[in-house]
Amino acid sequence: MINTFIGNLGHLMTIVAFVSSLVTAFAYYKYFSANEIEKASWQKFSRISFYVHAVASVLVAFSLFEIIYNHRFEYFYAYSHSSKALPVHYMISSFWEGQEGAFILWIFWNVVLGLFLIHTNKKWEAPVMIVFSLVQAFLVSMILGVVIGDLKLGSSPFILLRDATQAPIFEVNPDFIPEDGTGLNPLLQNIWMVIHPPTLFLGYASTLVPFAFLIGGLVTKRYSEWIRPALPWAIFSAMVLGMGIIMGAYWAYVTLNFGGYWNWDPVENAVYVPWLILVASIHTMITFKKSATALKTSIVLVILSFILVLYATFLVRSGVLGDASVHSFTDLGLSGQLLIYLLFFLFISVFLAIRAWKHIPTSEKEASVYSREFWVFIGATTLGLMGFQVILPTSIPAWNALVESFGGISNMAPPADQVEFYTKFQLWFGVAIALLTAVGQFFWWQKMDKKALKDALLTPYIISVVIAALVIVLAKVYDWKYMIIVVAGTFTVVANAVILSRILKNSTFKLAGGSLAHIGLGMILIGIMFSSGYSDTISINMSGLTYSNSWEDELNKEHVLLWINKPTQMKDYTVIYRGRQKKVVGIPEYVPAKILESTGNVNEAIALEDYKDFIKKGDKVNLVLEENDYFKIDYYQNEVLKFSLSPMSQFNQNMGGLISSPDSKIYFDRDLYTYVAAMNDYEDPEWKDDQFHEVSPGEQFHIADYVTYFDGAEVLNQIEGYTLQEGDVAVKAKLRVLDYDVEKKLEPTFIIRNNQVGKLPVVDNELGIKVTLDNILPEQNKFVFKVNQYQKDYVVMKAIVKPYINVLWIGSIIMLIGFTVAIFRRFDEFKKMRDKGME
Amino acid sequence: MKKGHIIGIGIIAIAIVIIMTSIGDASSYETFNTALEMKQDGNDKAIHVVGQLKKNPSGEVEGLQVRDDKTSFTFILVDNDGTEQEVFYNEPVPADFTRSESVVVIGSYKNDEIFIADKILMKCPSKYQETEVQAAGM
Repeated sequence: MINTFIGNLGHLMTIVAFVSSLVTAFAYYKYFSANEIEKASWQKFSRISFYVHAVASVLVAFSLFEIIYNHRFEYFYAYSHSSKALPVHYMISSFWEGQEGAFILWIFWNVVLGLFLIHTNKKWEAPVMIVFSLVQAFLVSMILGVVIGDLKLGSSPFILLRDATQAPIFEVNPDFIPEDGTGLNPLLQNIWMVIHPPTLFLGYASTLVPFAFLIGGLVTKRYSEWIRPALPWAIFSAMVLGMGIIMGAYWAYVTLNFGGYWNWDPVENAVYVPWLILVASIHTMITFKKSATALKTSIVLVILSFILVLYATFLVRSGVLGDASVHSFTDLGLSGQLLIYLLFFLFISVFLAIRAWKHIPTSEKEASVYSREFWVFIGATTLGLMGFQVILPTSIPAWNALVESFGGISNMAPPADQVEFYTKFQLWFGVAIALLTAVGQFFWWQKMDKKALKDALLTPYIISVVIAALVIVLAKVYDWKYMIIVVAGTFTVVANAVILSRILKNSTFKLAGGSLAHIGLGMILIGIMFSSGYSDTISINMSGLTYSNSWEDELNKEHVLLWINKPTQMKDYTVIYRGRQKKVVGIPEYVPAKILESTGNVNEAIALEDYKDFIKKGDKVNLVLEENDYFKIDYYQNEVLKFSLSPMSQFNQNMGGLISSPDSKIYFDRDLYTYVAAMNDYEDPEWKDDQFHEVSPGEQFHIADYVTYFDGAEVLNQIEGYTLQEGDVAVKAKLRVLDYDVEKKLEPTFIIRNNQVGKLPVVDNELGIKVTLDNILPEQNKFVFKVNQYQKDYVVMKAIVKPYINVLWIGSIIMLIGFTVAIFRRFDEFKKMRDKGME
Repeated sequence: MKKGHIIGIGIIAIAIVIIMTSIGDASSYETFNTALEMKQDGNDKAIHVVGQLKKNPSGEVEGLQVRDDKTSFTFILVDNDGTEQEVFYNEPVPADFTRSESVVVIGSYKNDEIFIADKILMKCPSKYQETEVQAAGM
């Protein structure tokens, strides 16, 4: 039975949320412009209106989750983003896999932020909430799903499958409900994908807060007062967005198989650039608070960071990137709407800023080279240029689309080697930023002139040169570019550590945010340099094959082919592929796939053999996602098994084939990162021609290339899965097949019933052979075996050593802690002023 | 000259460098014919070619040759002008390769016979197809 109630509820609540957001905007406008007598009642009404909006938004989210949670596959969203086999925490990922869900998430965060702002602000409530409500109206319109004439407004997640597709089945049976959904993209079936999108969207959503305060400030002519309440939120936003980016990078590192954590993909660039601008805006805002300069720069940067978030959304979700990105987002026809959303706020903010421009206080005197303002300004400029260098090439597809929309032809494509292209700029910008943070911090905390600067910097400079020299020698950094990075990175860490220790000695931890964040930055820089610059592919050129053409011999083969059980040398390791494994619920290790047989039910299998103490033969076990295969790769050094890695692959028909995830051995000073790039497909083997062997018991012979012992035959009284009748004769041949250090027992069976012959062959997928006991010749004491060969199991693997990648992760965490400390400090400042009645 | 002006000129200079290198390093979409012309003119820059895998009348992919060590392969790509070209890719065959609707190869000609792809982007058939809904119902 199709349940239309929950979809209708969701759709209705979407409309309520849309209307109430417009009402809220209007009501706050009245509250804002009303006289003192009417203010109280307008305020009450505005708040109620926003509460209605909040409840409606939450119900929208609830409805969508209900549809996914209860497997209502009559709905397009559940059908295309989830399946019955998904555990609950991945259903959460299903929620925001689709764009509509992502918009709902964004709406939800704005509601949370809005409620918080209503209750922490006094004078700012009205102007800030007007901006909030307008943004909400635009966002909710993305999921409205209303068609007026030819105009489609938004794409609703609550449409039924039968309305979304023209599948013929619905003409026969309009109430048809699919048995199962097409599932969640396996790449998203990762714990980081449960928390990364909400974090990122909270980051996106929170860029609205400083922007709203700014707009409020411009409208109410409080051109500089908006900074104080906006600052903690700008830092919050940068912290959360930064955390989202790091989580995304970490997810890519542990889930995707492009070999790293950052690929300069347009989708990554689209979050990186707003973050850079946001960080730049924080610095100019702090400078303004301290010395009443850089207000205009702050205004421009805050507008820019908000607009860039919208631009990023537009790039990623309008389908304009097309071929340029590996992240394929289908075009839901929202690009026009997104563009209007972007242009609306761009126009309003630029208009207000220009109108206010000449009233905005500036300091006339030129900043001295020995002032902190000067250095912060240079830093902010560098961040801005960094962002510019990334957003420009990322926008090439948008540029092509723009040229083509005016009838022109543009065949520009993004740089062929994106990593190399971006790195050659970002590297040096990174070095510049590192040096600026080190020097800048000294200017920040004390008055400087030529001599004071020399005194202050000399000690940290010497210490960091000594440390850097040690690092360079010990870690063998012999590339001059990387040497500079090491020096710059250590200088940042040391200089900021000196500042940090001084702050802790003289004052409170509350002020330590800046130096902590900068220490993190230095570590991130060093970590990136080592893990990327010195990443070493150890699976290189292993085959020793030569090719018919000379150019092919010059190419590095970066993968290694591992036949099952066959030891292969790979740099310091001898590796052996040992076969496929499955993850079983309640068992702490992987279980060999060959002892499990599917029962036909989703994620259920029956054990064919005992496995350690965990499973008894005949047990029914539950698999964690049955389509996942974990390839066991053993690593030996000097004949001793050091460890095993199990990179994963999932074959998913609905999602376009195979998806593979890496597995890494994590050491303190390096990661050994491996993934499987190709594997044998033994689902539907094409058996080669029959080969016959006549063998006597006790004899040795060859099956394919394997040495095989025929140990004898045995008459059976019973056979598993087969009922023997009176007068039947069943004979089992016992074969031992040797493959390197593995011995396999194969036992094909031969049955005679009423002069009819039945044969039960055995298939070994790992060796790729099928053996049938074809005939018994008693007078010659010989058994005839029929052998069919397919292909031995194998994997093609890539292995990369990434040194000191932990420095990058630890640096990231320290940076986030720094941000957090700063948030509390700035929010405290705001609260004190507010409670004095100033805000 | 004031310090502010020097900084301003510096910023503009860096911005111009960024713009120029972005244009200079940008790749372009070509056909195999224009790509070959570029190569013969001595231009080794990596370019994008969009095309489809060569298929026989029954829809099976033709000309896919995997090397013995399975770590690289060649295939035949038909670009949008209908030119057929053998392409070499120094990676294992991506699992969904033969199912892809269109393929973008990024690379350049090694010699006049073979195109070397440094990177391949695949567009796979849309998840949501009528046939699949029906199949799910069977």
